[in-house]
Amino acid sequence: MSLPCQSDETRSTCPYCGVGCGVLLKPDGQGGLAVRGDPEHPANLGRLCSKGSALGETVGRDGRLLAPQVAGKDTDWDTALDLVAEKFAATVADHGPDSAAFYVSGQLLTEDYYVANKLMKGFIGSANIDTNSRLCMASTVAGHKRAFGTDTVPGTYEDLETADQIVLVGSNLAWCHPVLYQRILAAREKNPALKIIVVDPRRTASCDGADLHLPLKVGTDVALFNGLLTQIAARDAINTDYIEHVNGIEAALKAARADDPSVTGLSQGALDQFYDMWINTPKTVTVFSQGVNQSSSGADKVNAILNCHLATGRIGTKGCGPFSVTGQPNAMGGREVGGLANMLACHLDIDNPDHHAAVSAFWNTDRLSPKLGLKAVDMFEAVGDGRIKALWVIHTNPAVSMPDADKVVAAMKACDFVVVSDITAATDTARLADVLLPAAAWGEKDGTVTNSDRTISRQRPAMSAPTHARADWDILADAGRRMGRLLNWPEAFDFKTPADIFREYADMSRLGTQFGKDFDISALSDLSDADYNSFAPTRWPITEARQGGRFFADGKFFTPSGKANMLPLTYRAPAAKTGKRYPLRLNTGRIRDQWHTMTRTALSPRLSAHLAEPFLEIHPEDAAEAGINHSDLVRVQSPAGTGIFRALITDAVSRGDVFAPMHWTGETAPSARVDALVPPVVDPVSGQPESKAAVVKVTRFAAEWYGFAVSSGTVAPNCDYWARAKTRSGYRLELAGATTPQDWEAEARRMFDLPDASAQVMNDPASGTARLAFYEGSVLKAALFVSKKPVAVMRDYLATLTDTDAPYAIAGVSPADQPDPGPTVCSCFNVGVNTIVDAIETQGLVSVDGVGKALQAGTNCGSCRPEIADLLAKVREAQNETKEAAE
Amino acid sequence: MPQKLIIIGAGMAPGRLLDHLMADAPEAYDVTLFNAEPRGTYNRLMLSPVLSGEKTYADIVTHDDAWYATHGVTCRFGEKVLAIDPVTKIVTGEKGTVAYDKLVIATGSAPFIIPLPGHDASGVMAYRDLEDTERMISLAQTPNAKAVVIGGGVLGLEAAAGMAARGIQVTVVHNATHVMNRQLDLTAGDLLKSDLEARGIAVLCNANSSQILSDDTGHVRALQMEDGTELPCDLLVMAVGIRPTTALAKEGGLQVNRGVIVDAHMQTSASDVYALGECTEHDGEVFGLVAPLYDQAAVLAKTLTQTPAQFVPKQLSTKLKVTGCDLFSAGDFADADDRELIVFHDPQRGIYKRLVIQDHKIIGAVMYGDTADGAWFYHHMNQGTDISSMRDQLIFGAGFDADLTSLPHSAIGGGPAPEKVAEPLSQMTKLKGAA
Repeated sequence: MSLPCQSDETRSTCPYCGVGCGVLLKPDGQGGLAVRGDPEHPANLGRLCSKGSALGETVGRDGRLLAPQVAGKDTDWDTALDLVAEKFAATVADHGPDSAAFYVSGQLLTEDYYVANKLMKGFIGSANIDTNSRLCMASTVAGHKRAFGTDTVPGTYEDLETADQIVLVGSNLAWCHPVLYQRILAAREKNPALKIIVVDPRRTASCDGADLHLPLKVGTDVALFNGLLTQIAARDAINTDYIEHVNGIEAALKAARADDPSVTGLSQGALDQFYDMWINTPKTVTVFSQGVNQSSSGADKVNAILNCHLATGRIGTKGCGPFSVTGQPNAMGGREVGGLANMLACHLDIDNPDHHAAVSAFWNTDRLSPKLGLKAVDMFEAVGDGRIKALWVIHTNPAVSMPDADKVVAAMKACDFVVVSDITAATDTARLADVLLPAAAWGEKDGTVTNSDRTISRQRPAMSAPTHARADWDILADAGRRMGRLLNWPEAFDFKTPADIFREYADMSRLGTQFGKDFDISALSDLSDADYNSFAPTRWPITEARQGGRFFADGKFFTPSGKANMLPLTYRAPAAKTGKRYPLRLNTGRIRDQWHTMTRTALSPRLSAHLAEPFLEIHPEDAAEAGINHSDLVRVQSPAGTGIFRALITDAVSRGDVFAPMHWTGETAPSARVDALVPPVVDPVSGQPESKAAVVKVTRFAAEWYGFAVSSGTVAPNCDYWARAKTRSGYRLELAGATTPQDWEAEARRMFDLPDASAQVMNDPASGTARLAFYEGSVLKAALFVSKKPVAVMRDYLATLTDTDAPYAIAGVSPADQPDPGPTVCSCFNVGVNTIVDAIETQGLVSVDGVGKALQAGTNCGSCRPEIADLLAKVREAQNETKEAAE
Repeated sequence: MPQKLIIIGAGMAPGRLLDHLMADAPEAYDVTLFNAEPRGTYNRLMLSPVLSGEKTYADIVTHDDAWYATHGVTCRFGEKVLAIDPVTKIVTGEKGTVAYDKLVIATGSAPFIIPLPGHDASGVMAYRDLEDTERMISLAQTPNAKAVVIGGGVLGLEAAAGMAARGIQVTVVHNATHVMNRQLDLTAGDLLKSDLEARGIAVLCNANSSQILSDDTGHVRALQMEDGTELPCDLLVMAVGIRPTTALAKEGGLQVNRGVIVDAHMQTSASDVYALGECTEHDGEVFGLVAPLYDQAAVLAKTLTQTPAQFVPKQLSTKLKVTGCDLFSAGDFADADDRELIVFHDPQRGIYKRLVIQDHKIIGAVMYGDTADGAWFYHHMNQGTDISSMRDQLIFGAGFDADLTSLPHSAIGGGPAPEKVAEPLSQMTKLKGAA
């Protein structure tokens, strides 16, 4: 049993996925944090995944942005924020409110989000604020709203443990929400009847523990769940009582029956098995995530799942229901507070005049945006074509993560004024900023987040922020006050603490209940500073009337009619079509030990060791057809762009599908920004990009050379392919190029910035092999291994050698397991005394010639033959003594 | 009834021959051993450590009186052989004649003395035997003693280093681009030169001597170079090669070219007469290194015991017995169009290695500074190992020989076999906390 929170520990919440695990933080005295799971947090009950466990390695000051920058030069906050205020005010004055935009992040705390939303929608007067949650959650938001009237997650994490069956749809829960997956596995220990079904085109780690894996064709989920709905009806499994609370079943069924589940590519047997298992197990939770959301029919996929749960009434009761799991720590908080361009706040709607009037009154503004804003993809299109002239990007990396990412980079470059708030200047997006603002980081920040099951938890600071870094709410509020003076709006951003903001937000949330919405935390509107500080994880709603619990078991929904909606849905294929030019379907996703664009996880040596370069999973037959061998590099071309990845040949992907992780960036592997390949196609309902269904052509990348490098310092590669990962004492890199540098030593010295270090050089020009190791004294600073073939060296071993005495690093492998040979006896063949004694003992040698045959010792000049004879005699003597002693 | 075997010469090769005979067929022969030097076999290669003071003569004796007595060898040490007669099968020594059934000629070689003007001055000597060694050692008694060594080969450098170790100021004069040019390439030669210079030895390459200058007593005073420079010295050692000693064989009517001609069984042109060691010539080649001579000894032992055996010359390897100058050379290390080079260089640690590859085999190796793997390379060279699969690791030696196919070829792991990313849960990072 883990210890509860100790007096020297700070309770906070993990900043990665949407599980929202509680963590206990303790400064380690060396600038890092000791991190452990909070045994009392309801999300994780003490568990942590690999990423959460390594959080302590990611909080150092290395690479932090320490001062505001204007045009790349350090400046003070007044100068920077005055410029931001002037530019935004001028743009609004000259071109109207919609010429300004904020692109924010599920990394923001609810308080940050609240101020950003209030500033943009309420006072700048545009709804052009969208969040990277658009890239992961928008389809779920849309699907929930269409079915329930609000963006409501009906169930709780406990349902995963009380269910008899979990269906994972488009979710590699084992890697992306590992703690939830562990909770499910633990529940199965207690309830062996608990079944796990995985619906995923790819065989993922989540399939290892699954009872059934349905490798359906990419994007065919609607057809699968339409097939299920049809069977639910056909087998009389419709819950006739519950269906009283649901509109649209007839139309939904009609559309479902018209659909053809065979487009899934699944056998009838597999389909039947799925239908049987689903229909015959009342306590079924259907967990869905990005495989559902990141699709041009994402909202329809969500509703196809919701249709089945509504038809069977399996919703809002213990152990069953549809369950969206989010990818970011505060995606849910952002949705609640109105961080998306098509929402107002507290799940209220911009285009509802009553909601609009109420929010205007609450904020005391006459500038509240009257219409929906531009969603992420449209927003960056508007940035590109000049409609948006002032853009503020906060804690997100659209230059990497947006579809058609190269175009997004070009758009930001062309934009009149780009502000970026981040904790580091080393992101692809930060490099495009006119003004760069240093923000406080996780571990320093103070506020609240909401996880996937509506639990609001505190993030608390366990360490101080760098002197000039500021909390996002503070930066935004300060900018808001400055803009207000220029644009003459009343004082609206006079927040002193995050608790001030939280109370205002909680107070506002009573509008939710007033307008018949789900979200209401108004019972917290009088929360004292002390109570805010000690606020324990609590599931919303939090009102005088109720706290937490599940939604919809009572059949009451937040639609105008009060009933849920089942939707008539028809399968639509992904927008991009495979064909002769682009024969393969590119799926994308996360890997176990990295998160998003790696700006944080890449700081951790532990996390970086697992899958330390970008790769493309490709089916063995597709690989064979394209002449691709294991460890080759492949060029992946889509209509939008091109990239280079390491080939990982595996039947985990189906024939015709390939998969690439989404994490690598211009900072870590510039050729492998997967979103450069993804077309800017969005779901017409949700505006969410179709990130998992690009079409591509894959060819072998004709590398003239491959390289592996380790370095204690930063490295500046200059070649077609490179990928960098952190090690304990520096970095490791994979490299490759289509043209070979003239002089490897000169190139290596440039790349490692070691002009004067002493070098070891190994050269085999005929085979194209070159190796270099650079030293300061006897300490290894960097090493480069080059070969015409993929380089075969002990990477993990080499990664430990930088900044140590490692004279043989250049050999690329650890020394063979040799015992110390001892002082040399035969100097012709360098045979030591230990080696000889060992051979005499283990091989039973009795003569000098025997030793010579075994070890070559004494077979050249022969001058050591007497010593060998002497050793033979001594060993014999020792053996006799032992024998006598034994007798 | 044992046959009578006479061996003329008690150098290292006949010493090894006796070892084999006594081990394989101790009763086959009554052996009579002639030696012009008044002693039995010692390890001549170890004279350099004796010279430098790291060993004593007693340390390097391989066959002492007791050994000969035990094995019943009749020793006629300090007695020169005057003549052999293969027809009557009689050997004539200074103290009388001996009849034989089998005769082994192992008269060795004599150092070559360049006939420079003044070469007959006293204090001009070769480096060959214990007496030479003792002479150099005794020079160290003279304060500020100076010596010049002509010849930057193995023997010359060992002489120079030995004398330098005893405090003598030594200059090496060498007429090629770099020292040990028959064993080392220029890079390794330069590293060696630096190491020698670091221990106070002056090394002049591309240097040609013109004459030897003497003082009034007829003792060497200096070596004059072609450019007129004089190198003062109390002793001048010539180490410029050896010549097989063949007079006895020639006078006995045996076929002699540069050396005594032998076939692969070590038989000379006369029946029951064999030759062994540095006096021999086999297939046009004469010998100066010990390894092939030991092979000859083994073959001859077999021949004498009627066991079929053939002498096949192997690639040779060389080491320099100068403490701290660690070098190794084997095979053919010259550059050529159809040859590929693998080179390792670490100037900071003074390590250099060069492997010459032809048809995927090692045909030459030069190492300096770290020769631990010399024998390993030499082994693969003589085995004709196809090194293709070990090529990337080869130059790092046996300690780093690795099965490359088992190593990761990329950061996502995996050699030639496909592997899946989706690891079983058991291999995932263990999740912490209460379960």
